[in-house]
Amino acid sequence: MQAGNRRRHAPDSPQLFPLEDDVNTPSTTTTTETAGEKAVWAALQEVDDPEIPGLSVVDLGIIRSVRSDASGIKVEVMPTFTGCPALETIRCDIVERLSHLAQSVEVRFTFEETWTSDRISERGREQLRLGGTAPPPRDGLIQLVQKSKCPYCGSHATHTENAFGPTLCRAIHYCDDCRQPFEAFKAL
Amino acid sequence: MTDPIVELLLATADDDFVLGYRDSEWTGVAPMLEEDVAMSSISQDELGHARVLYELALQTMGQDPTDSRRLDALAYARPLDCYRCCRLVERHRGDWAFTIARRYLYETADDVRTEALAQSSLQPLANVIAKIRREERYHLLHLDVWFDRLASSDESRPRLLAALENVWPDALGFWESTCGEDDLIRSGVTAESSAALGERWLAEATSRFASLGIEPPQSAARTGGRQGERSPEFHELWAEATEVYRQDPDASW
Repeated sequence: MQAGNRRRHAPDSPQLFPLEDDVNTPSTTTTTETAGEKAVWAALQEVDDPEIPGLSVVDLGIIRSVRSDASGIKVEVMPTFTGCPALETIRCDIVERLSHLAQSVEVRFTFEETWTSDRISERGREQLRLGGTAPPPRDGLIQLVQKSKCPYCGSHATHTENAFGPTLCRAIHYCDDCRQPFEAFKAL
Repeated sequence: MTDPIVELLLATADDDFVLGYRDSEWTGVAPMLEEDVAMSSISQDELGHARVLYELALQTMGQDPTDSRRLDALAYARPLDCYRCCRLVERHRGDWAFTIARRYLYETADDVRTEALAQSSLQPLANVIAKIRREERYHLLHLDVWFDRLASSDESRPRLLAALENVWPDALGFWESTCGEDDLIRSGVTAESSAALGERWLAEATSRFASLGIEPPQSAARTGGRQGERSPEFHELWAEATEVYRQDPDASW
């Protein structure tokens, strides 16, 4: 994982309230990476999730492993939701972004390890918030009504309007203070 | 006879595929906007679950699971008596009470089924099921709220009870065993027999019903779905679901 992932709050637009509890950055498997693999991770940092612009597949935590050798590049991806319709787009985006690094780029989707919303990095949570989506709850508990903090005014006086939203991974919340509907990334 | 593992995978995948398709019929016409979104989202989940289970079935049959043509053929182009879903999922969507009664019974039954499959000796299946169960948690919670709500008003309660009565034989039919189940139990692919799981489900459902003052209906199971007996409702659904595919199986869409 890149050093940049450890970055805390960016000095960003003042109308957006900072996260209050950015501890426990999820750890990523640390193996001995070759220079080639480091380059792949760096390139993947520039591939965004198609449904959440600004949030990279690395920060979303869906990249399970990267292998790079003479035969080419192999990337293992853990889907967020089984029925995510963006998987094919993600595969194409990754292949396109890495194509200049190797002759062969293979993207494999795997369920050998289960992606959970705890895998979203600190920077990923910040990106979600900047885009107006509340990050998933830290406790990871799957419940219909989730507590969130308004990404616009920072109020905790919010409620869940619908546990189901415009994409499988998002729910609809409402801020009772600034009266703004907003989306929240679901715990999974 | 086909591989018992394939029979099990197809039964599970076909259930998710058919009910996912059925309930997606509510998209745009559910009783309220929020439910429109919720039912569409739940249906989309089910289609996703069907897809990964079909991929596993292809793998078990020695075919390439990433070959989308083979995947489409498995989902859309089997002879109708080679589908293995239960009748419960084939039924017309009916009114909202029927939709909720059927889906509540399905979600709770599927929860018991996947709890057993999560322990499967077939590791790729156990992996996929672990993922599916996390997503299904939302469905269970959502359907429980609806079940409770419909059981609690003067208008909706009789309609819910009538729907339960109507769908009950098919709900019990969910637990019809798939071909070669004994082999699956011996090899640990599934932990328990469908009959044993069905008993557990019935006990849980009866206890939830009791909390709402509802007696479970007394009718007997209607089976045949797991052996490939298809109802006219399935024929209709299949013709509609595969209409585009059948026009040009190689089309990209």
